[in-house]
Parts: sequence; structure tokens; C-alpha cells
Amino acid sequence: MTTQTTRTLPLADLPGTDVAGQTLVEAAKQDPRIWALTADVMHSTKTEYFALAFPDRFINVGVAEQTMVGVAAGLATCGKIPFAAAFAAMLSMRACEQIRTDVAYPNLNVKFIATHSGFALGPGGTTHHATEDIAIIRSMANMTILVPCDIYQTREAVRAAIAWPGPVYIRLGRGRDPIVYSDGLNYQIGRAVKVREGKDVTLIGCGRTVAECVLAAEQLAVEGVDARVLDVHTIKPVDAVAIEEAAAQTKMIFTVEEHSVVGGLGGGVAEVLAGLKHSAPLRRLGVPDIFASIGPQEALLAKYGLTADKIFACVCAAYTSAS
Amino acid sequence: MRFLSDAQVDEMTKRAHEIRQIMLEMLAMSGGGHFGGSLSVIEILVGLYGSVMQVDPARPDWPDRDRLVLSKGHAGAALCPVLAQFGYFDESLLPTFNKLDSPFGMHPDMHKISGCDMSTGSLGHGLAVGIGMALAGRTDGKDYRVYVVLGDGECDEGSVWEAAMVASHYKLSHLTAIVDRNQVSLDGNTEEIMTLEPLAERWRSFGWNTVEADGHDFRQIYKAIQDAQDVQSRPTVILAHTIKGKGISFMEGKHEYHYANLTGKELDIARTEVGRKVR
Repeated sequence: MTTQTTRTLPLADLPGTDVAGQTLVEAAKQDPRIWALTADVMHSTKTEYFALAFPDRFINVGVAEQTMVGVAAGLATCGKIPFAAAFAAMLSMRACEQIRTDVAYPNLNVKFIATHSGFALGPGGTTHHATEDIAIIRSMANMTILVPCDIYQTREAVRAAIAWPGPVYIRLGRGRDPIVYSDGLNYQIGRAVKVREGKDVTLIGCGRTVAECVLAAEQLAVEGVDARVLDVHTIKPVDAVAIEEAAAQTKMIFTVEEHSVVGGLGGGVAEVLAGLKHSAPLRRLGVPDIFASIGPQEALLAKYGLTADKIFACVCAAYTSAS
Repeated sequence: MRFLSDAQVDEMTKRAHEIRQIMLEMLAMSGGGHFGGSLSVIEILVGLYGSVMQVDPARPDWPDRDRLVLSKGHAGAALCPVLAQFGYFDESLLPTFNKLDSPFGMHPDMHKISGCDMSTGSLGHGLAVGIGMALAGRTDGKDYRVYVVLGDGECDEGSVWEAAMVASHYKLSHLTAIVDRNQVSLDGNTEEIMTLEPLAERWRSFGWNTVEADGHDFRQIYKAIQDAQDVQSRPTVILAHTIKGKGISFMEGKHEYHYANLTGKELDIARTEVGRKVR
């Protein structure tokens, strides 16, 4: 159990935020209903591409997330498809009521691009960590939550959100994340991706942790543990079938998320498992119920056990003691 | 035309009296409601639907219609009978108000009430939504106007002022806000609870064309709204001076009737006062 990760996944050439921003511009060339809004974070959220390409359909409200969401709601009542982009922490919490009351409740066609999620702004400390946003947004009826794990999936998520009726929350990181997939994905909202087949345990990730799950599964294979990796890129509506299959076909389930263990991916999976007569046991890896430390994203992921090595060690220990 | 004829004023006055009566009965049946702020806003709403707004009750989704966001959503008890009076739906539906599965609750739902352009109820939300509607109209080359009706107590909300900045920054001349300045919020007089004055100066300093009017005088409401259409590159706010609980003597100016359930003698008095004005 001393195996260390030898392999790493290649990093993307571009941050996911750039890819989302560019995808939005491409889509907006064909679809005049698409607007973009931001709250003085045009450069950070990469909505600046849109601002340059379509200044007439771009709104920067200044440092006013609540108003950004309200304006987006008003645009949506007039048939527009507004994308409102801001840091995940401020979007999900400062504008929480506007998202819930002005968008989710009237089921308006507003899309959110929540950047710098999880520990992407790790050195920023608790004010800038977004480790509750999935739980907050997931509790709202009518909402769809997408957490893409690499640039290819990010591109598909933005495209799919445009075609998907109703509000969508797209959760992105910040930098150049590892590449899990290749071009030409078959992406469907609500359909989890089985990245790797396995019969002993299932590792369920979303966003940044999918890459770590993949690498952890490779390490586990060396130790003779056959790990399935499930990419639950849609947190809501969650792919209950894929989770139920994992519960029936593998012996333990681990959720791994750059988010609190309360109410996020792990919470969603637990809700599915709770409805089953028989289920494999679940271990939720994520930020424990605390406010996290300051530090770089990768260091925080390691500190809270969300890197491949730590996942590997956790699974080995749990699986060995159970077997 | 910048002036209403006597006949128009008579017609709207009659409607306002009828709406007060309908509202009173509706709230008596439902076990209570937001009397104060609903009674104060009736002339504003009747003035808008009766003499200003380009709308078609037969086509509530008409893309070119003027829009109204009742940001003080707790005046849903006024909006519902107003929309019924102007033909959006049958008045016979109103007695379900607040009852299980009714389309009508204390705060209006755009998907349940024909003619309601936005779901509201939590204060400080509507102005931003109105901005979105006005931006969409301007970009689409449409000439429709957007009216957002706010409460004065609502102006305590910081989000109102965020939106006020954005509206003037984007020079939204097709956006008109009307503040129901009834001087009373839930807990008491606005100036005792949280000072709003100098309210006009505050709106003006946020870049708004700011006018004041008697919010129970149809001619003044009409003129203020029409004058706003001449203003270029700036949104207009009308501070409409009203009386909380207008039309029921023991409620007038009283915060205790922001929300109330009338029974017994109070209900009798209210019925008498409201009823004798209905011809």
C-alpha cells in the first residue's frame, strides 16, 4: 500500500473557463437569444470573449451578483437565454435568493456559469472557497447542476445547457485541469459516464476529482482491486440507475468531491442508496464539515484526501478491512 | 394626450372602488391578507392598466406588450382583482385566494395568474428583473415599456439600490419605477424604522429622473407616467404619495393593518365604508 502515483494526466492547454467562454461565443453566433452577464469578473470568468464578440448582448452589472441574476431572469422572461457568470462562492451565496426565487421558482431559462469553484481560489481562504454551492443549488427545485471534469466535457456541458430547457448551474474550476476525455464525447445531461469498468469498488467523482479517481483506480488495479470509476457530471438530475448498478455490482462505493461532504455529490448518492433494499456501503470523501484551510488548490485537495494517492490509500484500507 | 378626460377618471375611480370591495371580500374569505399596502397601491395599478399600459388581456404573452413587475409582491391582493377587472381572468376565481391549490396566494405567481409578468414576493427583487425586460426590449428594437412597482419600505433593501445604479448606467429610459410611498412598513412608520428621506434626492443621485405625484390621483399618476416617456437616456422613478390602508378609515396610516384579518365589527365598518362608494 505504499504505491505512489506514477502516471499523471496531461493538463489542458486552456483553462475550462476559457473553453466555456469560447463555446458560448460560438453558440451565440448561431443563436441570437444567447446573452452573457457578469458582475465585474469578466476577465476572471472569461465572459470577456463574449463581451468582445457581442457587446450588445453582454451586461456587466458591476459588483452586484444579486442584480446580475435578477436582470438575467428579466431577460429570460423575454425569450433570451442569459448566461450569468461569477465566482461560485458569490454566485451561489450572495445571489442565492435570486437564483432560487427569480430563476428556479419561475423556472426561467437562465444558465449560470459558476467559476473558481471548490478550492480553485484556495489561497483566497473561506470567503472564496466554494464548498457548499452544490448543496445549496441542489436543494432548489427545477435546477439542473452540471460539473464537467475537463475541457471537452465543459464544452459539451455549455452546449447541452443551451438546449436544455430551464435553469442550469454549470460548475467550473479556474485553471488548466487534467484531461480525462478526448474530443467527440457522447454527452447527455443526467447520464453518468462509466470511465472505467470495475467489479470490486466504485469511485464516483465529479469535476476535478474525476481525474484523481481515474488515477487512483489505476493504482488500485496494481494492488488487485478492480475499481469502477463513475463520472457523475450531472449532480441533478442524478443518474440513479448508474448509482444503483454500482451498489448492486460492486462491494463498496466512494464518492469523491471538491465540496463539503454535506449535501453535494456524496449527499446525492446517499439519497439514492437510502432508497435501496440492499446496497454496498458508501464512504464520502470531500471537505469534512469544517471551513477549510488556506492553500493552493492541489495542496488542499491532498490535505482533505482528494488526490489519487489519498483516495487509493483510503480505498485500500476500507476494502482490506471489509474483505 | 397628456390629460385624462373626466369620463376616464370617473371610470377608473369606479373601478378602484369596486376593486377595494372585491379585495375586502376576498381577504375576508381567505382569513386575512396584506390590506395596508394593497389598498395604497390600487390607484397606481388601475392607472397603469386603465390608462397607460399597452396590453391585451386576450394575449397575455404578446411579446410587444408593456410589462409590470409588482416588486412589492405582497400587494398581490390588489393585483389579482385588478387583472380580473381588466379581463385577464374571471372574477369568480378570486374567492379561492390563499386556499389550497389556488392560483392566487399572497404573492403573485407568473405561471398561475394570467397577465402577471413576474413572480414576486421577496422584496428587493423586481427592479433588476425589470431591467432585464427593458434591456431585452431595447436590443430587440421594441418600444414596450416596463413598469416596476416598489414599496417604500422595500427601498430599505440594498438590492434596490444596486439595481438603481445598473438601470441608470444602462440609460434605460423605457423603465419606470413607481414607489408606493405610503410612509408605513410592516413595523411602523418608515422614518422611525429606517430613514428613507430624502428619498427623492437619493433616487436623483442615482441618476434617475425623479418625480413626485399623488398616488391616489389618476390625473397625476397619468401625467407623471406620460411625462416619463419624453425623458431620454434615463429611467424615471415616480414617488407616488399614498395612504397605507386607503379607503378603510381605521386602517389609514396604520402599520397594524399591513397584514390583518378582519372580523366582526371591523369587517362591518370596512364593508360599509368600501360599499357606499360602489355605485
